[in-house]
Amino acid sequence: MSVITWKYASPQYFYPLAGKMIPWFSLLAVIFGAAGLWLGFFVAPTDAQQGEGYRIIFIHVGASWMSMFLYLVMAFWAGIGLSFNTRLSSMMATALAPTGAMFAFLSLWTGALWGKPMWGTWWVWDARLTSELILFFLYLGFIALQAAIDEPRRADKAGAILALVGVVNVPIIYFSVKWWNTLHQGASVSLTQAPSMAKTMLLGMLMMALCFWMYSVAVALMRVRAIMLERERHSEWVANLREVQP
Amino acid sequence: MTWNSPAEFFAMGGYAFYVWGSFGVTALALLIEPMLLKKRRSEVLRSLQRELSAKERSQ
Amino acid sequence: MNAFGVLSAVVRRDLLVALRRKSEVLTSLFFFVIVASLFPLGIGSEMDLLRKIAPGVLWVAALLAAMLSLNRLFANDHADGTLEQMALSPVPLGLLVSGKILAHWLVAGLPLVLIAPLLGLQYDLSPRALLVLVISLLLGTPLLSLIGAIGAALTLGVRGGGVLVSLLTLPLYIPALIFGAGAVEADISGLGAAGHLSLLAALLTLAVFFAPWATTAALKIALE
Repeated sequence: MSVITWKYASPQYFYPLAGKMIPWFSLLAVIFGAAGLWLGFFVAPTDAQQGEGYRIIFIHVGASWMSMFLYLVMAFWAGIGLSFNTRLSSMMATALAPTGAMFAFLSLWTGALWGKPMWGTWWVWDARLTSELILFFLYLGFIALQAAIDEPRRADKAGAILALVGVVNVPIIYFSVKWWNTLHQGASVSLTQAPSMAKTMLLGMLMMALCFWMYSVAVALMRVRAIMLERERHSEWVANLREVQP
Repeated sequence: MTWNSPAEFFAMGGYAFYVWGSFGVTALALLIEPMLLKKRRSEVLRSLQRELSAKERSQ
Repeated sequence: MNAFGVLSAVVRRDLLVALRRKSEVLTSLFFFVIVASLFPLGIGSEMDLLRKIAPGVLWVAALLAAMLSLNRLFANDHADGTLEQMALSPVPLGLLVSGKILAHWLVAGLPLVLIAPLLGLQYDLSPRALLVLVISLLLGTPLLSLIGAIGAALTLGVRGGGVLVSLLTLPLYIPALIFGAGAVEADISGLGAAGHLSLLAALLTLAVFFAPWATTAALKIALE
């Protein structure tokens, strides 16, 4: 078992494996996405208080979950890469960051579009929205730091330290923002605790979240494959690949 | 079924701009990202091919 | 030499260096004063409003001023090779780093704490609120130096390091800002600042243990 695992921890063996996994995860993303959209638009009833506008939560909640989850996964791989000096784990962390940032952005975007008709403003300094914004900044910092360092291994390690510091800080930031929010009596918004949270709604949200999850895996694998080729372009295994033969 | 006609579906009970604004941008983002990655991959492959053929010629 | 001796030697050396480059030290202090004085010009001189925004404005200005000086923390020592010598010395690098952070706070953080009451007067804060402001900055500015040191070490010798360090550290400064400015605000509104201040102290304790460690790891990567 462990021999197999270690074998796939080297880019040479992971590259074809990832190539084989991408179509499957893409397919799963499409299936879950279709199910989620169907549940969200055709099965879930109109909300008594929020009308049809509430249907935004089907993507908003999933995008928020993914943005937080991907940060944890990213920090996990970065930490593994730092402590065991494995190139592949660090590349995986680098590959996850842009997708995580995208989901953080989508969460903010859909949150604003949900907020405007519901409470009349595009932005509310609600604890959750504010924390999401800060998470977006953390992603941007990670990406910017890695982009600014030319030497890949140094970029990996510096990024890993930043990601780990970020992971320690995220709960502190969330708690402090929440504390700040209760003191200022800002609008308390309950997106997920919408009244009469029907079972179909929950199921629809779950399907969309699974769709985003599978999508993230597929896209991260695509990106990590590109990173492998870029970084290891002078190694023998890349030169022997069928797709690079002139 | 919640909707009686396609027009009603697209109107989203008056929330069309917000609902389609959210779903549209999300769909766009999820389509553009893989496309950019495909482009990135083909660029790497092309430059690798060029490198390899240059090496062969020089040998 | 024992640990305390090493620490004080590093602090003394850095203070001496700072004394030779007075202008750099004064620049960030003046920056603090100017930013804090600009706000009333932009917002208006209504005293009720100024009293209300004072904690936030003064804290944000202090935060930016502390951040401005972060680049100096390791850059000069890195450029002339001192940092490499430090990493090679038998003394643990973490101890030397802690000394440098302490010196940075004494040079860049403490002056801000001392001048803050003067700026608070511009905003018509009561003596009690001024006291809370000083205490919150006294607890908060070392926190800024500690967290900032991680960012400074990560961006050492990196392209566009100056801007990058702000992008990395500002999100991490948010809890300090919330509890620091919140303490003054809570005191003004009569809620009492004890809760905020003790949370700030807890964060400081946490940072004292973890930040030098993370900074050392980042420096080792930069020096590889």
